[in-house]
Amino acid sequence: MALLQTSKYLQGSGVGGVNPDLASERQTASFSVEKLTAWLDGGAERTGLRRAVVEAIERDPVFSRENQYFQSQNERYEAAVRKAVHLQKKMHEMGWTDNGPELKYIYRALAGDVAFLLHRVFMRSISMLGSDKQVAKWIPLATRYQLIGSYAQTELGHGTYLQGLETTAVFDVTTQEFILNTPKISAMKWWPGDMGRSATHTVVFAQLYIEGKCYGVHPFIVQIRSLQDHSLCPGITAGDIGPKMNFEHIDNGFLMLQNVRVPRENMLNKFCEVQPDGTYVRSGSQKINYFTMTSVRIALISDEVIAPLMKACTIAIRYSVVRRQSKLEPGEQEAKILDYQTQQEKLLPQLAAAYAFHFINDYLEELFNKGYGEIQRKNFDTLPELHAFSSGFKAMVTQYSTSAVEICLRACGGHGYSSLSGLPSLYTKILASCIYEGENTILLLQTARFLIKSFAAASTGQPVPPSVTYLAAMKPGKCPAKSKSDFLSPDIYTEAYQHMAARLISSTAAKLQDLVQSGVKKHHAWNQCAVQLAQAAKAHCHYITVKNFAETVEKLKTQAGIQKIMKHLCDLFALHGIFSNAGVFLHDGYLSGAQMDMVTTSYLDLLPVIRKDAVPLVDAFDFTDQNLNSALGSYDGQVYQRLYEWAQKSPTNKMSPAYERYLKPLLHNKLSHL
Amino acid sequence: EALVINDPDFQHEDLNFLSRSQRYEQAIRKSSLMVMKLREYGIADPEEIYWFKSFVHRGRPEPLDLHLGMFLPTLLTQATPEQQDRFFMPAWNLEIIGTYAQTEMGHGTHLRGLETTATYDPATQEFILNSPTVTSIKWWPGGLGKTSNHAIVLAQLYTQGQCKGLHAFIVPIRQLGTHEPLPGITVGDIGPKFGYDEMDNGYLKMDNFRIPRENMLMKYAQVEPDGTYVKPVSDKLTYGTMVFIRSLIVGDSARSLSRACTIAIRYSAVRHQSELKPGEPEPQILDYQTQQYKLFPLLATAYAFHFVGAYIKDTYRRISGDINEGDLSELPELHALTAGLKAFTSWTANAGIEECRMACGGHGYSRCTDIYVTFTPSCTYEGENTVMMLQTARFLFKSYTQVSSGQRVTGMVSYLNDLPRQRIQPQHVAARTVTVRINDPVSLVEAYKARAARLVEDAAKNLQAELNHWKSKEDAWNRTSVDLVRASEAHCHYVIVKLFTAKLSEVSNAAVRAVLTDLCLLYALYGISKNTGDFLQAGILTNAQITQVNQRVKELLAIIRPNAVALVDSFDFHDVHLGSVLGRYDGNVYENMFEWAKKSPLNKTEVHESFHKHLKPMQAKL
Repeated sequence: MALLQTSKYLQGSGVGGVNPDLASERQTASFSVEKLTAWLDGGAERTGLRRAVVEAIERDPVFSRENQYFQSQNERYEAAVRKAVHLQKKMHEMGWTDNGPELKYIYRALAGDVAFLLHRVFMRSISMLGSDKQVAKWIPLATRYQLIGSYAQTELGHGTYLQGLETTAVFDVTTQEFILNTPKISAMKWWPGDMGRSATHTVVFAQLYIEGKCYGVHPFIVQIRSLQDHSLCPGITAGDIGPKMNFEHIDNGFLMLQNVRVPRENMLNKFCEVQPDGTYVRSGSQKINYFTMTSVRIALISDEVIAPLMKACTIAIRYSVVRRQSKLEPGEQEAKILDYQTQQEKLLPQLAAAYAFHFINDYLEELFNKGYGEIQRKNFDTLPELHAFSSGFKAMVTQYSTSAVEICLRACGGHGYSSLSGLPSLYTKILASCIYEGENTILLLQTARFLIKSFAAASTGQPVPPSVTYLAAMKPGKCPAKSKSDFLSPDIYTEAYQHMAARLISSTAAKLQDLVQSGVKKHHAWNQCAVQLAQAAKAHCHYITVKNFAETVEKLKTQAGIQKIMKHLCDLFALHGIFSNAGVFLHDGYLSGAQMDMVTTSYLDLLPVIRKDAVPLVDAFDFTDQNLNSALGSYDGQVYQRLYEWAQKSPTNKMSPAYERYLKPLLHNKLSHL
Repeated sequence: EALVINDPDFQHEDLNFLSRSQRYEQAIRKSSLMVMKLREYGIADPEEIYWFKSFVHRGRPEPLDLHLGMFLPTLLTQATPEQQDRFFMPAWNLEIIGTYAQTEMGHGTHLRGLETTATYDPATQEFILNSPTVTSIKWWPGGLGKTSNHAIVLAQLYTQGQCKGLHAFIVPIRQLGTHEPLPGITVGDIGPKFGYDEMDNGYLKMDNFRIPRENMLMKYAQVEPDGTYVKPVSDKLTYGTMVFIRSLIVGDSARSLSRACTIAIRYSAVRHQSELKPGEPEPQILDYQTQQYKLFPLLATAYAFHFVGAYIKDTYRRISGDINEGDLSELPELHALTAGLKAFTSWTANAGIEECRMACGGHGYSRCTDIYVTFTPSCTYEGENTVMMLQTARFLFKSYTQVSSGQRVTGMVSYLNDLPRQRIQPQHVAARTVTVRINDPVSLVEAYKARAARLVEDAAKNLQAELNHWKSKEDAWNRTSVDLVRASEAHCHYVIVKLFTAKLSEVSNAAVRAVLTDLCLLYALYGISKNTGDFLQAGILTNAQITQVNQRVKELLAIIRPNAVALVDSFDFHDVHLGSVLGRYDGNVYENMFEWAKKSPLNKTEVHESFHKHLKPMQAKL
């Protein structure tokens, strides 16, 4: 299929066949690419559906991203709005629905380059936090786009720490309204997507006051623009926050509220309600208000993080077999750069990580869907674990993937720096994921809080959630490995990760306790251990990722060709982590220096093995050329021709006024006869 | 500095709101003015020109960079006196604007792989220049796309049917007067990039383009009228320019990282978030240990790199003197050292700038400053970093081999001399573990030295083993290259700690020395805590000592905290130069951010045109 699409593309562009350097890589695959793709998708049927959706989108010229790299912020925004509007028509035409299985493939095909994503978050927060009555009122309006929503939480001076928000909503019992205000400049809403230019409504998070008493942060539906002429409503100041590193197509906005009144019914009240007389009633945990964020954190991992990482790997690895540089053997032609050990060591661990994160994402989605069902039945028991999971994995996966994409960018030498490689925009986009939906360090500390609590519970014999039972079985010991091949046993390395995570958690817990016992206030003690706490949380997530990867491979028994290569990738991911964090494994002598040398040898030995399958492994991600939008990463490997063709399309190649205005006088010496 | 910042001619709209064509135009406008003003003020000293330029362009690239930085200097060093007469004054007066066209689409750091050809035709006494393949198209040179009318082109010289390797040629590419490309020349801009928006990086394709014989730069190698090739005397001399440019990059790493630290640390003192103690106001985020742990080691690194940059510059000046007198003995070590330090500092600074930006949370993502995208290409240009590290490794391996065969080596690698002795007395290594004092920079230098020695030895031994096992030297080298890069990194790390420590004794003011000593300790100890594996595995430090190191790092964070803002103020960057709303000297971040956003082009009208074009029709239809 990918091949088919590629050749279609080629007919249009006039570039030659598949570059022989890339073609030869595909002939030696040790497994069936098609089978691996189907397995990644969750079955051949889904692969078929995905390809059908992607094809329908890519055949439609309205969704083209051809000139994206040459467009201004205004042009990008306009195109995104045009696509979002056209998408509604398209979905209707194709019979796709908002709850259908096609939806995630639609977004994959659009590569995020579409407006109104926050409109979806708006709807999600109403569905989750609104009463049945509110859902019945707002969701149909939003579905028909009779209004456009946004989600206004972050403020200029406040981000991840929600209790610090300063926007106020004061209940006025006489008129049965809330009065919303932005009391000072740092309280201005800042960053919400779709809000700068598009949205007519938004969910505003504000501190609720009833008769002078503050009840904490709650969500309110506020209309900000007229439904007739789109002008700003009275009391509203709103606009676009200006250029960013990426997301030029999104109108991230600011919003100031001055005595804006909304009816009592506009507070989302599934879990908390203000009654007409001003009585405040709560059912369930207040934390539930953040549940939208928890769910968004998990949802974003696959679309906004893993997909860009897979694309970056695809581009960098395909380019690395096309690019030749220097000689490995005297007298031979220049070698493919992927044949250099240093290049393999840069790229192959990132490829292994892409697979590892794909599997951990499956695991998280399953966990979340189970938990979500419980919460809808108002059982909040799993909430702390879910929250800890979503925070920690969001932080670890985004951080890891961001550096991985950057490694891919830099592994492509000069051409990686060209926007036409696609890598700069993948990088600046994935970078944002380290910050939005919760700054990573703070999220790790939230996970750490859960781990420390669980550790305390486990050590006193109380029951703990299944993901942390290992904390109870913590024992000192030494790694039993005797040779380098022992380190290719998942039991050996999973055990090492488990030991390391448990040690970091227990030693930090011990230090916290020491500090508190020596009279340091609890909050100070927490801050003095924060660096180690964040490290422990990361170690925990790393351990779970390795364990999950190993278990996934284990379950694959039936598909031998795939299992073998997946096992290699799993080994590489695990050993890369030990190799790169040698100190924490050596620290208490769990691994000896000699064992660390075995790890290094095993790790480096895996590189040439995986090298042989590197191209088939990225082919299996099955991104179309349009989707990659990269002059370096196309399926056919015609890198240099494409770069040259694309560059010629750049608007900078029209004659610039700079010549007539400045260069000409300069060259003709009118400026410099001094 | 004030000269430029207050000059109304150099003012313009915020670059962030301009398109690439507009940014290019602004840069050209300022460059033209700059050249005029340099002449007006009579500024000719390279150092002064550099500062003047960096204030005009606020540390950003500009289209005349290659003309001033490569074209003119190459004419000076490689052209014959006759060629200088023909080209230099016109170029000085900017009738000729030149660039330096080396990199090709398919070839970068490995120069011998370049494909462009220059074939000598004795009948007409001309060179015929050709780009024989797509991969041979010149690609990336700055100022080539739109600005230059000449280029120094590097091409494989063919004469009398033989290839004589790479040589430089002066090639006119655009018609003087109309600025149209000459027949046989295809030239243009390579399109948008990660950064460098104002620079017209270009491509150049030549089809049977003829230039006179006299356009080959012939100070060293020559082609006589009949086609006879005359070899240059020495080829080591070309090292000199590379060493010089790489040493500039080390200084640039220090400056770019310093700017990022200034922004992040000032902003962290302004931003308040969460609570440390219940009931109290939100604290400055710089009071959080995690924030200090992100930023202070980078601050220490910025200082360390600053001293390294100064050291290389001085060493280069000293050695250039020797070179002019024909003494080339120190050049190989300097060449190896600058290659490694260029890679080490640009990698670290690159990652550090990113850390700083991410430490500013969401607002760091706002397009208020472009240090990262402007700096990151330095990891690639003037030698891709991994290749640089391997060049250093080659030198280290050579030195190690010399030591093994009983010779002594000098300079920064002299620690290798101790290795054979240690093998005879293995207890020597063990004895050293207890002697490391973690509060003494001099003792930490020893620890880094021991780590470098071990990693160099490990890599050398592995390489030796591979050499015995594989027939091909190149295969063995490739199979050890990950180890070799690690050894080079450890060597560079040692050099930096050593230079930083040495600097401390030169500081006379006691208060300044105290705070620099804290920074030096933090730099060294943080480096250990990030590479504990190396120190533990080599037995240089014990587990207990590592725990102490980690503890001491955190204590140092608290010690440095009160001086943090003063330490970045000392870098003395003007607000205009920082170009960051978050990093303002006065700290009025939020007010100015709001003012800045209001100027965004998307805010030019209250209702954006796309509402009428798309949104309204859709709402009407649904």
